[in-house]
Amino acid sequence: MHDRQSLARTFRQLLPDECVIFREEELIPYECDGLSAYRQVPLIVLIPYTTDQVEGILKYCNLHQVPVVARGSGTGLSGGALPHEQGVLLSLARLNQILEVDCDNMQARVQPGVRNLAVSEAVKVHGLYYAPDPSSQIACSIGGNVAENAGGVHCLKYGLTLHNVLQVTMITIDGEKVILGCGGYDAPGLDLLTLITGSEGMLGVVVEVLVKLLPIPERQQVVLAAFDDIETAGDAVAEIIAQGILPAGLEMMDNLSIRAAEDFVHAGYPTNAQAILLCEVDGTDDEVSEEILLVRKILLQSGATQVRTAVDEQERIKFWAGRKNAFPAVGRLSPDYYCMDGTIPRSQLGKVLKMIGEMSERYKLRCANVFHAGDGNLHPLILYDANNPGELEKAETFGGEILELCVAVGGTITGEHGVGMEKINQMCAQFPDEELQTFHDVKGVFDPHSLLNPGKAIPTLARCAEFGAMHVHAGKLRFPELERF
Amino acid sequence: MTMDRDCSEALQTTVLDAMNNTKALQLVGSGSKQFYGREAQGEILSLADHRGIISYEPTELVITARAGTPLKEIEAALLEKGQMLPFEPPHFAGRGTIGGAIAAGLSGPRRPWGGAPRDLLLGIKLLDGRGRILRFGGQVMKNVAGYDLSRLMAGALGTLGILLEVSIKVLPKPPHEHTLTFSSQEQDGWSLIHTMLRKAIPITATYSQGEQHKLRLACHEQRLKQIQGTYGMLTVDHQHGFWQALRDQELDLFQQQRPLWRLSVPPAAKLNLPGESLNEWSGGLHWLISDHPASEIRTLVEKQAGHAILFRNGDRSNEVFHPLQPRVAELQQKLKQVFDPKGIFNPGRHYSHY
Repeated sequence: MHDRQSLARTFRQLLPDECVIFREEELIPYECDGLSAYRQVPLIVLIPYTTDQVEGILKYCNLHQVPVVARGSGTGLSGGALPHEQGVLLSLARLNQILEVDCDNMQARVQPGVRNLAVSEAVKVHGLYYAPDPSSQIACSIGGNVAENAGGVHCLKYGLTLHNVLQVTMITIDGEKVILGCGGYDAPGLDLLTLITGSEGMLGVVVEVLVKLLPIPERQQVVLAAFDDIETAGDAVAEIIAQGILPAGLEMMDNLSIRAAEDFVHAGYPTNAQAILLCEVDGTDDEVSEEILLVRKILLQSGATQVRTAVDEQERIKFWAGRKNAFPAVGRLSPDYYCMDGTIPRSQLGKVLKMIGEMSERYKLRCANVFHAGDGNLHPLILYDANNPGELEKAETFGGEILELCVAVGGTITGEHGVGMEKINQMCAQFPDEELQTFHDVKGVFDPHSLLNPGKAIPTLARCAEFGAMHVHAGKLRFPELERF
Repeated sequence: MTMDRDCSEALQTTVLDAMNNTKALQLVGSGSKQFYGREAQGEILSLADHRGIISYEPTELVITARAGTPLKEIEAALLEKGQMLPFEPPHFAGRGTIGGAIAAGLSGPRRPWGGAPRDLLLGIKLLDGRGRILRFGGQVMKNVAGYDLSRLMAGALGTLGILLEVSIKVLPKPPHEHTLTFSSQEQDGWSLIHTMLRKAIPITATYSQGEQHKLRLACHEQRLKQIQGTYGMLTVDHQHGFWQALRDQELDLFQQQRPLWRLSVPPAAKLNLPGESLNEWSGGLHWLISDHPASEIRTLVEKQAGHAILFRNGDRSNEVFHPLQPRVAELQQKLKQVFDPKGIFNPGRHYSHY
């Protein structure tokens, strides 16, 4: 057991006073991240100014076996930055400088606390931008993006964080600085950069990131298509891809999301449609004109009831505003909502949505669906009211069932939000024991005493045994009708 | 045509036997990259019979195949649907398997725009050094459940396990690609290419050797004419097969029996190279023929935040890959222990310490 007061005294010798937060009332704001259903007041919060201070903190924590949870902007949706009651919450918010913009190499060197959007804003004058754009991009930090391998609406064409980061500087749990990746297109040795990206703060603390920048496209244009059947919309997506088009963004919303978004931001969505697709293409003026015509044709041939091209930049932004605000819009329909993040092979969309609909009736909880259709990442939003006793638990069970369905159809429990604390049980559905043990062994390579973000991301085998016993009722698997992958 | 076959069980038996007897295995696909890496050791374990495309869904942009499947076969299947392997893997002497392409982690001229094997690898079925068959990743493009151990295999040169199956993201193949050529001073050539890149001209490959430069563009003819109009001095090159010859190292420079170095650097790096060279990837990848001491070459690229590999010929008993920071080397060795505690897979092929 560590004592808050003595830890505070120790760290105030290591850091300026304002970097050490230990008064109960000042700790409260750090009790949760973007997933507010899970809360835990940390023992202490540290907000260092420098990389050297981070090294010092980790050295101390390693020596004295104090758990450390790193935190960026706290926008994560899976409880990855949920504090440890016996640990340090290490905020990287003060490491917030863009250190270098290298236009010749189209790279920027930034500290982890820099906001995602701030990178694009800073390099805009050079005609460049940073491609990954999670919906939280105005607030979320690059360090958090690396920890979660964050995505966004442009992943299909421009990739995930992984594809847009060239190098990271990481501090190991014993306070040593390691550089992973390279300034060029590849690095020597095993590709540890891919392993660190998306490792949810379990393997080290990232203190510097070299990101790739891209030229801002000359023109972007978006088409909105309405469908009176969600499966037809899914088929239209497949047809666009089959025709060799790689849209910059390809998003789908179901009726409940459409109506919620329309009420909230007046995006001009057809509220009677069962599904809408937003298809964005980018490139030079001519290329965009040509592709938009082709996309319109494919959408109409695929059974769209209405196809509208944004008449101007203002309307394009409005079309996107509906999608980008879908979560808060749905949030207005209900006191609480629970956002899921499964990925499925696109061909399974119709089946999966139908089964989610059935679950929704069974659990008597509404569910709106927002879908990164291009890359198969589905965000069902389960509406509930935490003030009704048992409803949060019901929503969690419903969500768990959706994720297990995603695994059963050949997908995954999380496409971009991470496992964190939230989906730790569903990891048992996705991975057998040997794979989970391998994850623990890999963790052991970097963090032998399990001090970095302990208890997150990878469930213990004992936990899975318990979870399995709970879930396989009378020897029956869930979704016995589905082929297993 | 060779029959598709799943040899997982037989391979597993071989691996278990090797593990129990601490016997080194040298993993070989088609043998097209035998020249690469440090000198291979151990009994040859051929993966060529473990072959066949398991699934290919063009509208999902994913192909899954067994390790021994020839690249040619995969590329033919993709081409039929107008798609391609975006990393444009080298075939070396017309051979090469998908498992070898991923394990070597090498990419062709399209790399900066299409990605590397590690970028496109979505999932694997791995036979590790304990004889376990493990699955990591999957067939979907976005997947952040658990550590990304599949991508760790790309470029690991088979030192962590046998890639029984790989799932790879594929992309539409551009319907038209053209080659433009021009002559100018080295630095001016780079500047022109770079200006075009900053303007998002759809470049998909570059080549510079001395004053000779070539660009590959993915666009239709009308746009090509516009680009020629804007940038001047670019002539259309009708020579077929150039990029394939560059990819497979069939150009003259590569035919010399002297040490060939592969230098990976930030594209704007200014290198004063001691020998004959050419570069691709808009300056991010240089090929150098040089008898200069390894340490000098490595120091030269290190100063430019890059790294150097002795790619062909030269002393393969010493390190051929760039030395690692000691802590990074230690982490790698410990990861090797996780997957292959007895050190049976390709010992010493990557680095002398594992």
